[in-house]
Amino acid sequence: MSAYEISVISVIGINVILAVSLNMISGFCGQISLGHGAFYGAGAYAAALAMIGAGSVPLALLAAAIVGSVLGIVVGFTSLRVRSDFLAVTTIGVNFLFTGFVRKQHWLGGEMGISGIPGSGLGANGNMLMILLFAAVTVALSLYVNHSWMGFAFRAVGEDEDAAATLGINSAAYKLAAFAIGTALAGLAGGLYAFFTQFITPDAFDFILSVMLMAMVVIGGIGSTWGVVTAAIGVTLLPEAIRFVSNYRLLVFGGLLLLVIRLAPGGIAALIRSVAGSAREP
Amino acid sequence: MTPALQLYNVAIHFGGVKAVDGVSMSVTSGDFVGLIGPNGAGKTTLIRIVAGVLRADRGTIALSGTDVTRDSTASRVRKGLALTHQTVRPFREMTALDNVVLAAGYRRTANPLSAMLQFDRRAERERAAAILQQVGLEGTERQLAGALPLGQMKRLEVARALAVDPRVILLDEPLAGLNHVEATRQVEVIGAVNAQGITVVLVEHNLEEVIRNCRRLIVLNNGQVIGDGEPQTVMADPVVHEAYVGSGAGAHAQA
Repeated sequence: MSAYEISVISVIGINVILAVSLNMISGFCGQISLGHGAFYGAGAYAAALAMIGAGSVPLALLAAAIVGSVLGIVVGFTSLRVRSDFLAVTTIGVNFLFTGFVRKQHWLGGEMGISGIPGSGLGANGNMLMILLFAAVTVALSLYVNHSWMGFAFRAVGEDEDAAATLGINSAAYKLAAFAIGTALAGLAGGLYAFFTQFITPDAFDFILSVMLMAMVVIGGIGSTWGVVTAAIGVTLLPEAIRFVSNYRLLVFGGLLLLVIRLAPGGIAALIRSVAGSAREP
Repeated sequence: MTPALQLYNVAIHFGGVKAVDGVSMSVTSGDFVGLIGPNGAGKTTLIRIVAGVLRADRGTIALSGTDVTRDSTASRVRKGLALTHQTVRPFREMTALDNVVLAAGYRRTANPLSAMLQFDRRAERERAAAILQQVGLEGTERQLAGALPLGQMKRLEVARALAVDPRVILLDEPLAGLNHVEATRQVEVIGAVNAQGITVVLVEHNLEEVIRNCRRLIVLNNGQVIGDGEPQTVMADPVVHEAYVGSGAGAHAQA
């Protein structure tokens, strides 16, 4: 396998973790977050510092997940006070705050970021396999949660949290749980990214990335794990396929997103369900 | 015997308006109470305070002797209170059965961690199917709740409320928007709920049905209790009559 292929597959794995984890917050539990890049970045910086300080891969990944999750719980508390589009705007603010904060911190490398992060010692192939393993675990966890009573309650909270409360469901606790799990996974993805590139800068975790992740969730079908996995793979590969449009790639993504919202609001998942449904009809 | 529901000096204001102004009441276990009053009297506000949806400015609320004044809605539900909404709020993207299954699983969903470790829904499905049958919604199990007609959605609300094993059930205008046949069916369902020993507090504008079915009426006006007792006695009270019809109309009628 060429270095290029390993690199593309590694990025796909990281994006699958990010999109599926965002889907747990926004798809399962209905809390629209446009700041997922901040938790990803927090994880990457935590892993980089832990690796430089302690030199332990498991410790670095654990630190990434914990820091991502702690920041996620803090942001989750705001979801108890603001809802829907107001929450979306708040999370955009969190993303800008994160990158703005990191840019001004000398101990985090400021604008230049952190370079020379020690490698995992697994080599490019080993790194890729580690990323794919965690991506598989993330997908399995997402499917597990969706089939558990937790996923059932998430759907209720996402649809109408006041009505959920009248069924004895503590909506606040579920929203915090969704943020804690989803952002821990985003932090983990950040840790994996730090090992993948061994060099991180604030630009890698900006608002555009958060929008791209939300695009993966919407295109895949909000709430559908497999739809989101498919979209994460497709959206990651798309820039490779449309290299000729160069700087207009974001325009293509925007157009694609508009098309999905207009023509197939349920995303890939709903499209497949609808095709399968009509195929079954006589 | 400890009352099923006790309110003491409950009050709330919105800006300069005293929506509920020092309401105290005690509801005996198993009773069927109608909470009535003209528009804007504070009925819905009061039961939203009882359910924990709104926080009172002052006063205390007790369920079967336990003070729940500071409890959240979810906590009150787990202590035996159920609420149906004035405007139906089913989970539209779920089937009718799943709406009730979720309610029946209230012990499993008490906290996210334990909910994450549990899958089995068989017992809740059986119980939910039985409750749907009890409220006359058999055959709708697989239909999306959002696709049900209003009359059935209203019964689904009652089914969900029943599934949380309530000792007290608060019904906010369960007959509103229903035609005569649907309203009659809904009243039968509510009567059967009360016959199980569940205390019912009914907020309703359909006075005919309220007077016919409730054993006790509490009348609110301007956020205060102005009548309390047996339906016929309360409705004959001139103060209650004036609140409903107005003093001018009363004077006109006497003339």
